[in-house]
Amino acid sequence: MRQSVSPLLPAIRVWARRHQQGLAASLFLLPGLIMFTVYVIAPIIESIGLSFYSWDGLGAAKYIGLENYVNLFSDEAFYTALKNNIIWLFCYLLSVPAGLAIALLLNQTSKGIRFIKSVFFFPFVISQVVIGVIFTLFYDPSLGLFVKLLHFFDIKPIAVLSSAHWVTYGIIVAGLYPQIAYCMILYLTGLNNLRPDLIEAARLEGAHGWKMLFKIVLPQLRAATFIAVVVTVIGSLRSFDMISIMTQGGPYGSSATLAYYMYEVALSEYGFRMGYGAAVATVLFLIMLVFIVFILHRVYMQERETS
Amino acid sequence: MNFFKNYARPAALLLAMGLTAAHAGTIVFNTDYSDPGPKAAIAAAVKGFEAENPDIKIKVNTFDHEGYKSAIFNFLTADPPDLATWYAANRMAPFVKAGLVDNVTGLWAKNGWNQSFSASASSMTIDGKKWGLPLTYYQWGIYYRKDIFEKLGIQPPKTWKELLAACAKLKANNITPFAIGTKALWPAAGWFDYIDLRLNGYKFHMELAEGKVRWTDPRVVNVFKYWDELVKPGYFLANNSSYDWQDAVPMFAKGQAGMYLMGNFAVDVMKSAGLKESQIGFVKFPVINPSIPDAEEAPTDIVFIPSGAKHKAEAEKFMEYLATPAVQSQVNAILGQLPTNKNAKLPDDPFLKAGFELLSSAKDHSQFFDRDAPAQMAKAAMDGFQHFMVDPASLPATLKHLNSVQKAVYK
Repeated sequence: MRQSVSPLLPAIRVWARRHQQGLAASLFLLPGLIMFTVYVIAPIIESIGLSFYSWDGLGAAKYIGLENYVNLFSDEAFYTALKNNIIWLFCYLLSVPAGLAIALLLNQTSKGIRFIKSVFFFPFVISQVVIGVIFTLFYDPSLGLFVKLLHFFDIKPIAVLSSAHWVTYGIIVAGLYPQIAYCMILYLTGLNNLRPDLIEAARLEGAHGWKMLFKIVLPQLRAATFIAVVVTVIGSLRSFDMISIMTQGGPYGSSATLAYYMYEVALSEYGFRMGYGAAVATVLFLIMLVFIVFILHRVYMQERETS
Repeated sequence: MNFFKNYARPAALLLAMGLTAAHAGTIVFNTDYSDPGPKAAIAAAVKGFEAENPDIKIKVNTFDHEGYKSAIFNFLTADPPDLATWYAANRMAPFVKAGLVDNVTGLWAKNGWNQSFSASASSMTIDGKKWGLPLTYYQWGIYYRKDIFEKLGIQPPKTWKELLAACAKLKANNITPFAIGTKALWPAAGWFDYIDLRLNGYKFHMELAEGKVRWTDPRVVNVFKYWDELVKPGYFLANNSSYDWQDAVPMFAKGQAGMYLMGNFAVDVMKSAGLKESQIGFVKFPVINPSIPDAEEAPTDIVFIPSGAKHKAEAEKFMEYLATPAVQSQVNAILGQLPTNKNAKLPDDPFLKAGFELLSSAKDHSQFFDRDAPAQMAKAAMDGFQHFMVDPASLPATLKHLNSVQKAVYK
């Protein structure tokens, strides 16, 4: 009875069997793809669209073409944010060699090393907010430890968070604190997978010290380095939380990054210029896109190599 | 009789049901009165109203302050409550202009609020109409350490000259004259507002806030000249941009700073920092130009009815209830602020009494720079004020920048 209802069914079944592998893959991918489209792709398109409008979040949005972008390029605050993002990018990358150094230091077998390792990893476990608050206290110009330290070394005290010159570096140091721990853990796992035979062979050939590190160890840590750099670069570009906690972009806007500036013009108390914020976001997105394309290219090439 | 039985009674019943449905119901009231005191004040008002109007229930949604400022943009357009708290003057303008606020000019006329709320009437007016009810306000002024002033033989300053002399004397005794923390920007705006109000007057100050005066105008530059007489000799707490206003209170409490220009809400914080009431004095911001009539900052919290409210009649009833002298006295006694209805009873607090005298003798009330000026202008200006306090040499560039912001904001 059933088969006669739908003569199409066997045909579908045959087709499905023939394309079983591809079909299964697509079906498994489908939920992810739908999610990705709804929650990632669509908002990106919507944001970029919004950047051509003037909208206060209440009334009707007005199409103004490229005006937001024209204003952006004559906006001093935008350039300050851009400059800070570049400073963040370069200084934040210090966490990669610093993480490697600590990882090498901790990569030994002695009593209690597990405990020491977990202590070094601790900064990554505590919340960014807590780190931001602690560093704000650390920099406090009247009671903070930092001022006491400078005093001890007879250096003229600096109010780090109220100095337009130092504030960004001060925040980056706070940001490095957990990021170094993260890079360290990446390298520690990498170091676990070193090939002992290669190390031994190199040692027999007389390699040690820097030569050993650069020629034998580091090449084997390529995967860890790649991930550490990628995570750090992306982290530096979207730096927001530390700034929001420690300075709120101040003094007078000199510590804002693009991500923070976008929040400020679009969503903060004095903001609600949605179109303008979307334009800032679009610029940030384009900058990130450069890195994302680079990363995807690397991953793609690697996969081709291995397959 | 048959007729009545068959038609009239069901009809009357339906009518009655319709009436109760229109009257009874639950009013939704969104507010950011989340601190213990303010929360209790709202709760007391709600309880009193529900006792008087058993057929109306009020559902209060309490938001935290910062969250409320963005949440209101969402709920006004998506799911408007029947009542909401907000701020007076330009801060409500975006909502009024977008047609999201109900016009209550009729209620003002019907209840004679133009007389009983005369002091805040202008701050509730946009385009000649009234848009809400002023619920509460408080004064600003200079709080000083009475004990330190007495010990050093300083009189509370009444003129700018006396202020400078008092500062010099405090400084000579290793006491920072003024505590301040400008991290959140607005505390610096208090200084700009007061010097401008005393030097150029209320009308000029409002014209600047409305974008009718250029920032490079010599009268504006003059404000900064006076301000610099305090900045240059180091009369403000050093590194003040690192601190929030609360962070500077301990210096005041420890006697490391002698004065604090602040709103009356600071008294609570000063007391919990260890100061006794007898140690704190209050004085009006000194006169600079005697020919300029006094104007004072009086930031006002309001209650308004969103235009999308579903129970407008009940919301209006509650608004009228909040406006009565008795409720005004009750709510503001709990809040520790000043009632906006001038027939209400004053709270029994020396600072509030001083504040009441101050505000009732002032010719005009301003709301504070970030409420009188549009948001974007206020933000840029306050950044500039903070920059000026750190580095007065930045002023010419700042004023030029503010001119260009002004051009973009007031189209």
